[in-house]
Amino acid sequence: MSRGTIPILRVADNLLVTVQTELHDQVAEAFQEDVLAAVEKTGAAGLLIDVTGLDIVDSYVARVLSDTAKMARLMGTETVIVGIRPEVAATLVRMGYAMPGVRTALNVDEGLAMLPSRR
Amino acid sequence: MTIRVLNRDEMAVETEHDVVTVRRKAQAVAHGRGLSTFAIAAITTAASELARNVLAHARRGTASVEAVAADGRSGVRMVFRDDGPGIADLPRALAGGYSTARSLGLGLSGSRRLVDEFEIETAPGKGTVVTVIKWARF
Ligand SMILES: Nc1ncnc2c1ncn2[C@@H]1O[C@H](COP(=O)(O)OP(=O)(O)OP(=O)(O)O)[C@@H](O)[C@H]1O
Ligand SMILES: [Mg+2]
Repeated sequence: MSRGTIPILRVADNLLVTVQTELHDQVAEAFQEDVLAAVEKTGAAGLLIDVTGLDIVDSYVARVLSDTAKMARLMGTETVIVGIRPEVAATLVRMGYAMPGVRTALNVDEGLAMLPSRR
Repeated sequence: MTIRVLNRDEMAVETEHDVVTVRRKAQAVAHGRGLSTFAIAAITTAASELARNVLAHARRGTASVEAVAADGRSGVRMVFRDDGPGIADLPRALAGGYSTARSLGLGLSGSRRLVDEFEIETAPGKGTVVTVIKWARF
């Protein structure tokens, strides 16, 4: 389902995207394209983006993540970002970029519980 | 306060990939200096923001990542240097929410809040030098 670096899995009515590599330059664009294409193709009810693998989220990556959530919302799919590490949360808040308007959950299970089901 | 430099790595900042290299170096040195997980995330994120600023606003420059010691404290110092256009309205750029690149304008103000020491030398047409330090706390 994805072009390479970013695994996209189907979990019930939702898509689970696990971000493992650093989201920079072309990777970030490919990420957005792959995720949105998968949302369209599957008609997923919800989108979970798991960022447990990111030890750093700078303003650039935070923007890529929140833009992706906004784009998915325009397509009619809700996004929950899960697995933001404590040090990443602390850094984002201190920088003054707490990703307003983006829904978050502690882990994949809690994120799934926040999403609607199509059926 | 006398700061001793134990080790210095000087890197070019000319491509996206260089930003990643600088960030990784900052992370490795911070780890080696015994900074906490939170402090490592802070200095690494600042490295990313400041290196990206060099690339975005001055096109190219250099970054130096140093292992430093002072008064028995252990830390990381980074110097970002470029010969770009400089910053005309520094107070505004430091206040945050101001960007000449139609971005969020959080990189500079955010980095300042993430580090223990922050110095910036800049003037229109004279380039920009940003120096930051993050200390380990015991
Ligand atoms: N190295 C630099 N050389 C010249 N101007 C700079 C430099 N660094 C920052 N600036 C100026 O300061 C402003 C604020 O910088 P800041 O990093 O906060 O925001 P930004 O880079 O525009 O956006 P972002 O939120 O994506 O970082 C920039 O828009 C730019 O005008
Ligand atoms: Mg910036």
